[in-house]
Formats: sequence, C-alpha cells, structure tokens
Amino acid sequence: MSDLDLTTYAENTWCKGCGNFGILAAINQALKSLIGEGLPPENVVVASGIGCHAKIADYIDLNTFYSIHGRVPPTLTGIKLANRNLKVVGFAGDGDAYGEGLSHLIMSAKRNVDVTMIIHDNSVYGLTTGQFTPTSPAGFPGRSTPRGSIEEPLNPLEIMLASGATFVARGYTTKLEHLVDLMKRAINHKGFAFIDVLQPCFTFFNTYKYYNDHVYELEDHDASDLEAARAKAREWQRGEADKIPVGLFYQVEEPTFDEKILRDGMVLAGKHEVPDIKRILKSMS
Amino acid sequence: MKDHSILIGGQAGDGIRQAGGLIARLLAKLGYHVYFWDDYPSLIRGGHNFSVIRAADRRVEAYRDGVDILVCLNEDTVVKHKGRLREGGLLIYDSGVFEAEGCGVDLGGIVKECGGKPVMRNIAALGAVARTLGVEWSVLEDVVKAGAPKAMELNLKIAKTAYDAACEAEFHIGRAEREALPLLQGNEAIALGAARAGLNLYVAYPMTPSSSILHFLARHEEELGLVSYHPENEIAAVITAVGGAYAGARTMVGSSGGGFALMTEGLSLCAQSESPVVFVLSQRPGPSTGVPTYTAQGDLFFALHAGHGEFPRLVVAPGDPDQAFRLTGFAMNTAWKYQIPALVLVDKNLSESTYCFESREDEVTREEGLLFDGKGDYKRYRKTPDGVSPLAFPGRGGVVVKGTSYEHDEYGITTEEPRAIEAMQEKRLAKGPGLAKEVDGMDAVAVFGDEKAEVALLTWGSTKGACMEVGEEMGLRVIQPLVLEPLPVKALKKAFEGVTKTIGVENNATGLLSKLISYHGIAVNEKVLRYDGRPFTVDGLGKRLREVAK
Repeated sequence: MSDLDLTTYAENTWCKGCGNFGILAAINQALKSLIGEGLPPENVVVASGIGCHAKIADYIDLNTFYSIHGRVPPTLTGIKLANRNLKVVGFAGDGDAYGEGLSHLIMSAKRNVDVTMIIHDNSVYGLTTGQFTPTSPAGFPGRSTPRGSIEEPLNPLEIMLASGATFVARGYTTKLEHLVDLMKRAINHKGFAFIDVLQPCFTFFNTYKYYNDHVYELEDHDASDLEAARAKAREWQRGEADKIPVGLFYQVEEPTFDEKILRDGMVLAGKHEVPDIKRILKSMS
Repeated sequence: MKDHSILIGGQAGDGIRQAGGLIARLLAKLGYHVYFWDDYPSLIRGGHNFSVIRAADRRVEAYRDGVDILVCLNEDTVVKHKGRLREGGLLIYDSGVFEAEGCGVDLGGIVKECGGKPVMRNIAALGAVARTLGVEWSVLEDVVKAGAPKAMELNLKIAKTAYDAACEAEFHIGRAEREALPLLQGNEAIALGAARAGLNLYVAYPMTPSSSILHFLARHEEELGLVSYHPENEIAAVITAVGGAYAGARTMVGSSGGGFALMTEGLSLCAQSESPVVFVLSQRPGPSTGVPTYTAQGDLFFALHAGHGEFPRLVVAPGDPDQAFRLTGFAMNTAWKYQIPALVLVDKNLSESTYCFESREDEVTREEGLLFDGKGDYKRYRKTPDGVSPLAFPGRGGVVVKGTSYEHDEYGITTEEPRAIEAMQEKRLAKGPGLAKEVDGMDAVAVFGDEKAEVALLTWGSTKGACMEVGEEMGLRVIQPLVLEPLPVKALKKAFEGVTKTIGVENNATGLLSKLISYHGIAVNEKVLRYDGRPFTVDGLGKRLREVAK
C-alpha cells in the first residue's frame, strides 16, 4: 500500500451519510494499493460526469477530467486512444450513465475499450434534488413523478452482459473491503470493466436498511459462465423479498478495442512526426 | 482560351462519379485546370446522377451552363440536359439502350462482350469520350491504370473496345501548357492539411457531405501515421476528441449541420476545459435534414455562435482545396497554440467537388503549443497575461493534470466563488487579442479580379470560385475573407478601400456574410443569393450580376 496522500484541498460537499464517501474511500484504497504494487500514479486518469458523484474528480489528487453529463465513456475512450499506457477509471451516476449516456455505455462495452466504469447507483437524482432515474423502482415518488414513477427500472447488469462487457460486477458502499477488491480487479482487468455500486442517497432516497437486509456476497459462482452471470443478474428485480447479490458476476478476456485500433501499440499523444504526403498527392494526379 | 465542359449522366449505381473522376483525371493529365461537380440525389439506386467536368487553360472553380460533350447512359439524361448542349456540341449515348441523335456507342454491348459487369458501362463511356476528344490511347491507358486499378485488365479491355467503336475525334482537345496537377476534393485537402499539422486522431460519424474526410483518412491512416475512428454518434465523436486532446493527442471531428448541432455541448466543453479540437462543418441546405447531398452556406451564424457561454474560437472558411489545406493546418496549429476550439467551415461544393491542387506539402507543418517547462508546481489553468496556460499531459511524472467542464481555479478544482469565476472567465477571454493578432498576421482576406475596381463582390467559401471568374470577366473586385472569427476587420477595410458599390454573393437565402460585415460598418448594397442547393454557375452568376450592375 502506497502512503501517497490522494486528498486535495477541495472542500467535500457531499451530504453527511452519503454513499459516495464509501466509493471515494474504496477507490483511494484501491489506487494506493495498486500504486504500492508498482502502478505509476501519473499513469492514472480519473474521469467523472455531472452530478453528486462527479465531485470525486475534485477529491482525488491525481490526473482527472471532470467531464459532462452522460459522456464519461467517450471521455475515457479518447484518453485511452491518446495514450494506451494510462489506466483510465470513470465514475458516473445512474442518471448520468443509464439515462443521459446509455448509448455510450453500451457501445463502450460492445467495443471492449480497456477502461473501468464505476457507477454510483443511488436510483435518484441527488444534485437536482430528487427525481426518478432509470433504476428507480416503479412507483418512486420523485419530484418529477409526484404520483409515483410509472416506469419499471432498468437492470444495468443485464444490459452490460448483453452488450459484451468483459468484467461485470456489483458492489455496495458499506462493504468497503469487498468494494476495494472489486475495484482493484476491475482496474487490473484488460478490457471494459463495469461495476454498479449500490450507493444510498441519504437525503433523497435512503436505501441503507433495504440493502443491509437484502445484500449478500456471491459465493460458489462461476464468473466465467455467462449464463450463470445472467441468472444472477436477474435475481434482484427490486422486489421486497428479493436477495441482492454483490460481487463479480462475469469476467472473460477478449481482445480490446484500443489494442486493435492502435496499430503496433502506437501511442498517439506525443507522436509528432509530420507525414510525407507526396506519394498520396502523386497518386491523385 | 481553351474551355471545355463535359457532362455525364445516368442513374445512381451507374458509376457516374467514377466516370466523372476519370474524365477529370484525363483532362488534368493533358495539362488542363479542372473543376468537377458531382450532382447526386440522396439514394443508392435509380434517380438521376450527373457529373460536370470543366477543363480550361486557366484556373476554373465553377461550371458553366453549356456543355460541349453530353454523355448519356440513360434516356433521362438526354431529356434533362439536352438543352445545355452548345452549338457544335456532341451527344454520346448508349445505343444499346435507347436511340438519340449523336454518336451512339453500344456501351452495354461492349461491356457484355468483354465479360464485364453492367456498372462498367462507365468505363466504356470514358473510352468513347477520350476518342471523341482526340486523346491518344496511351494517355487514356495510363488514366485507367491509375484510376481504376481494380479489375484493371478488364477495364482496359472495355475502354479500348469503346475507344475503337466511338466516332472519330470531333474535338481535338490537344494539350494545355501546364504539367499535370493532383486532383483533390476539398475534403481530401482538409484531411491532408490536418495530417500535416500533426493530426493524431480523427473521430466522425458519417454525414454527407463530410463523410469523405472519414473515408479518406481511414484509407490512408497508416501512411499518414494517424488513427480514424467512427463511434456511435456525433456526441461520442466530439467527446472522444476532447478526451484525446486532454491526454495530448491532436484530434479533429467532422460533420454537417445536424451532426454538428449534436456536437455543440462538446464545443462548449472544449472551451471550458481549454481542450484544442478542430471541428469541420460542411454545410448542406437546412434547416434539419434539408437537402442532404446538395450545397449551401446557411450555417455561418451557427458556426460563429454554436455552444453555450462566451469564449474565443477560430472559424476559417476556405473556398478551394489549396485554401482548405492551408487553413485546416492553421486551424489545428492555432487551436493548440491558444487551446481553443477551431472550426473549418466549408460547403458541399468544396467538400465533394474536385479541383486542381497547387500547394506544396511544406506549406503546412506542425507547430508546437506552449508546453510546461517543469519549473514549479503544475497548474493546468495557470493565469498568464495572454490567457494561455502551459500544457502537460497525463503520464508525465510529478505532474497532476486536472481538466474540467466546471468553472475552476488554476489547479482545476471546482469553484463557485464570484472572484474566481470572474478571473477564469477573463483568463479565457484574454486569448482573444492574441488570436486576433494571429489572424492579422496572415493573409486573412483574399482579393481577386480587378483589385482597383470600384464595384466589389463580397463572397466566401466555395462561392468565390464563380465570383473569381465572373469578376475577372466583368472587371470587378472580388473580396473573400478566409477567417470569419475573429473577423479580420482591418484587412477587410483595406480590401474595400476605393469601393463604391458592394454586391454580396452567397449560397444562402438571407446574405449572412453581408449581415456580418455590416455589423462592422461595411455596407453591402446589393445581394445576389442562390439557395436551391446548387452552386452558382459562371453564366448564371454573370447574368444576375449584369442585372444588378444596371
């Protein structure tokens, strides 16, 4: 474990009791552990979207890009394409990743871009003060749905499994060590790694009790078995009696987008050669 | 003066564009200046496509209404274009398909006899045209070898058979003086200009008329040492480009109006995060889907004002491939020098028309931006007198690079403090004077025609092609700003010295450049506008200018 201090001078403005503190603590521990194992800190880039989660970029004293709502996956792709030596970790909320930017998330999984996406999934928009999100349960009485949400929630894990993500996991903010371990494995995974983190919003949708009562850690699960992963992903349909498995659902190694598109392992950042275009011009005459 | 026009028409799927390109190549090989307009509706099969190729012994960048040779692969082409045939002109048609007056060649029969596919009638047509022009077979042979390398033997056989079957030379086109120049579409010149200025990554979602930048760069990415990438949509394209720029890669995106509309949130992100990205906006008629495969200049104000918030930007507006090459290089280098978004505003006519290219490759080269010298703490948004903060990229030891969409302090940490907000807004705007100086230091306004004339045409983009020619014919001054933001007001006022009457000529319905110029105290007295999706022809523009000049 590196003793590098990753905190910045930014004042933390998350609400007392917010699940985001667990995610921040977990990523700091995971990164410090990986840095201790030899990952150069300058090779880490963290990106976030917009919402409460996104402030994490201000709270980690490493390279960060505080992007815009929904657009974390293409931000990560751009960074990775510029410099494939970087370890690129994205954070997004459930409204950000599953609402505004779902197409990007799906397509990044489909391409198997070698980046990590960690979702702060609290099933509510916090910073815009309490509307329903794509993972809010039906009937959720948000400020835009005062009579209760009339939509059924998405199941993000099923979407990611169907999209070709090569690492699919779920964590829970109160299970810190478990989450640290998932994050480390995700960052070390070669390919698109996805973790949906159950992250209660203390102010607008306090789900601590529900999760504490229902969450259990996956055991005796074969993470190389896609069908088993799908079955486990379907286990929790947000019903009162459902059990909520957390852990690594699925992992497989496949060639990554960046290694395929970046011929001969080229690094674009800092590539300064000016091409000779005489042959091309000659071929056009 | 030598001045020849050839029109070849047929259905989509008849290979009209390829035939047009080969005819253009043939004429360029003979030392002519060439301009080639490709006219096609938005469909894959059927409809009516045609190419007009014009060749002259001086620079031409527009077509004339009349043609000398009309090549008809179907009867529809005869009906639609027969009226354009000049006196003494020749109609070549596929006599295996229909009857007409002129030189009938059984193009389809020849292709069949040689064992070719139906689309190869276009190669047979090329052979017939070459014979009619009195071009030696060996010249045509070289053009087919270079321009149609797939199934070359078969193509040569078809071309030769049609060449032998066609009417004896009706025109002896001979040779023009100059040596053969490369033929480039505007989009290809944009791609090459960007590549020479260090482009590392081009990201684009297909949209006519910008798509051929993506196609060209995808085809040549290894030779050019860069990567092209086609993501899920234009939003992903621009954000990927921003992420890439943050991490140190030179990136560019391209689209047309609708796709560029989706990129505007990314444009603002470039501005706030100070990420240099080049945007190519190739215009077609709007609003909305508009007319996808035709030309317009209706997005000038959109380019100037796209994106929320106030920030400096560069907008260049080339009018031919040589300008496109240089100005795209300038846009890339300037984007990196000032860490701003830079727009290359073009139109379908420039993007997809083919012109002779006269630039040398070393007219564009990569110029470095301001890099962090390693002294002291690194602050991504360090305040400096000219607003430009030294750049460093992730992966550099001892440096933390915090890029952000949020208002921030010098280090890149979010702030909502009034003084800090004000200071950062001022820091970004402080780049404005330097940028304006940069534009003042280049030839940002081109003047053609009679430079002393009191009547001036004000134009921009590819419309300058027709204006240049008509201006010369009619003894008018032609003024074309190459940069639209920051507008080179000083250079414009100088270009207008002694002008008593100004006529704005634009491919739009309201005269956008005329409006923009008037904000700076330059009056435009008359407007000649065309907004039917077609570029001005030399004859059409001349006629309308004579009416206005009365």
